Amino acid sequence: MNSQLILQLLIGGAIGIGAGYLGAFLILRRMALVGDALSHVALPGLAVALLFGFNPFIGAFTALFIAIVGIWILERKTNLPSEALVGIFFTIALALGILLTPEPELLEALFGSIGNVAHLDLYITLPTVALVIIALKLISKPLTLSTISKELTQSMKVPVNTINFIFLLLVAVIVALGIKVTGTLLMGALVIIPAAAARNISRTFSSYVFMSAILGGVAAISGITIAYHYSFAPGPLVVLSGGVLFLVSLLFKQ
Amino acid sequence: MESASPILKVNNLAVTLDGQKILYDISFDLNRGDTVAIVGPNGAGKSVLFRALLGLVPYTGTATWAKDIKINYIPQRFTIDRDFPLTVREFLQFKTKNHHAIFDALRSVGITDEHHINHHLLNQRLGWLSGGQIQRVLIAWAIIDRPDVILFDEPTAGIDVGGEETIYHLIKKLQDEKDLTIFIISHDLNVVYKHATSVLCLNKDMICYGAPAEALDPSALKALYGEATFFTHHHSK
Repeated sequence: MNSQLILQLLIGGAIGIGAGYLGAFLILRRMALVGDALSHVALPGLAVALLFGFNPFIGAFTALFIAIVGIWILERKTNLPSEALVGIFFTIALALGILLTPEPELLEALFGSIGNVAHLDLYITLPTVALVIIALKLISKPLTLSTISKELTQSMKVPVNTINFIFLLLVAVIVALGIKVTGTLLMGALVIIPAAAARNISRTFSSYVFMSAILGGVAAISGITIAYHYSFAPGPLVVLSGGVLFLVSLLFKQ
Repeated sequence: MESASPILKVNNLAVTLDGQKILYDISFDLNRGDTVAIVGPNGAGKSVLFRALLGLVPYTGTATWAKDIKINYIPQRFTIDRDFPLTVREFLQFKTKNHHAIFDALRSVGITDEHHINHHLLNQRLGWLSGGQIQRVLIAWAIIDRPDVILFDEPTAGIDVGGEETIYHLIKKLQDEKDLTIFIISHDLNVVYKHATSVLCLNKDMICYGAPAEALDPSALKALYGEATFFTHHHSK
């Protein structure tokens, strides 16, 4: 195995694990499509980063951060359902991003560019994913409880809105990282599919979140490996690997 | 009703949400060990009163709890998907990891069979339980950390009549055993007569407060439920 593949697998695997773990909560909260649509918002940020030559992760994260704060505020100030807000803003962002992104980089931005990662990406990715997982673990209890009953959780003096906001920030971080692996169009799959598969095969909460993280890692690693050996684009293969895992999980549905 | 130190003093409480008066002119005292039933038609603001007492919605006036009081709340809407991956054990462990405390709480709500608890109930998904079972687990959850006060929002919603009767007996039993003060929203006036030490009638403003037999007079019932309503003691089968 050459070192470039190892680098890809390390970065891709870590992002897969982080995305799977985060996705477990996203699915429970019925926010699967938010995760999907959010990834499109990253594109204009990515485009600006490419145009001005700074780190794409920073660009993507900034765009996502603005979108998340916007949605969070609009949801509280208006009565528009968040799906509608997501539908409006995120398609606009995608359109804007497609226009702004320089032609040669557009395909990579849309479908991922794990093929040309560098060591710097590893140094950004590993600690960031670790931080996201630790943060999620810390807010896991109120996050889960408020999914079942917001009122019950509030009555325990938990600042539910703050917890939600932190969660959305973590979504932004993972999506911004994951764009490297699957691109903006397919990133949603990396958070949704492992969790959906894990939900099929788990009865307890602890096995659900654990399996979701594992399946995310497995999807990323197997997709990248196959793509590398057969010279395909890695992003779509990561998503397809996840799809296969999901189909298999249906056979073991609890 | 007089006591040196009420556990809760409510004075002139009012709640306005989105420019709409939801509650106004609410004043009453609550003593330790009381069971207060809140009755009133739909939209009377019963749940909002709970949320105000918990400090979850802004209000004017005062609602002062005695010092160092632990209040637990069981909300009305508690729907969990059947395939939500969370076992009863994991749910109760959100409150305490102490196995004995979990056991004690389950025993207090009438689930005593140790084998059943260990091998079935605790490993069961919360969403697979029946309405009555979920209610018991929720009550166990509410008493597990030894509160002084429990606010129940319609503990019988979604439970068949037979089960309803036992839930109230259970609440009564818990109150006797654990020196609890209980606030309960109920639709069933029959239950109110049987179990509550006092009743608070609510239809946006406070219509009556006092012992059920005195407070729930015909004029109060009329103000609550309108002209056509009359009250009969109906007994569950």
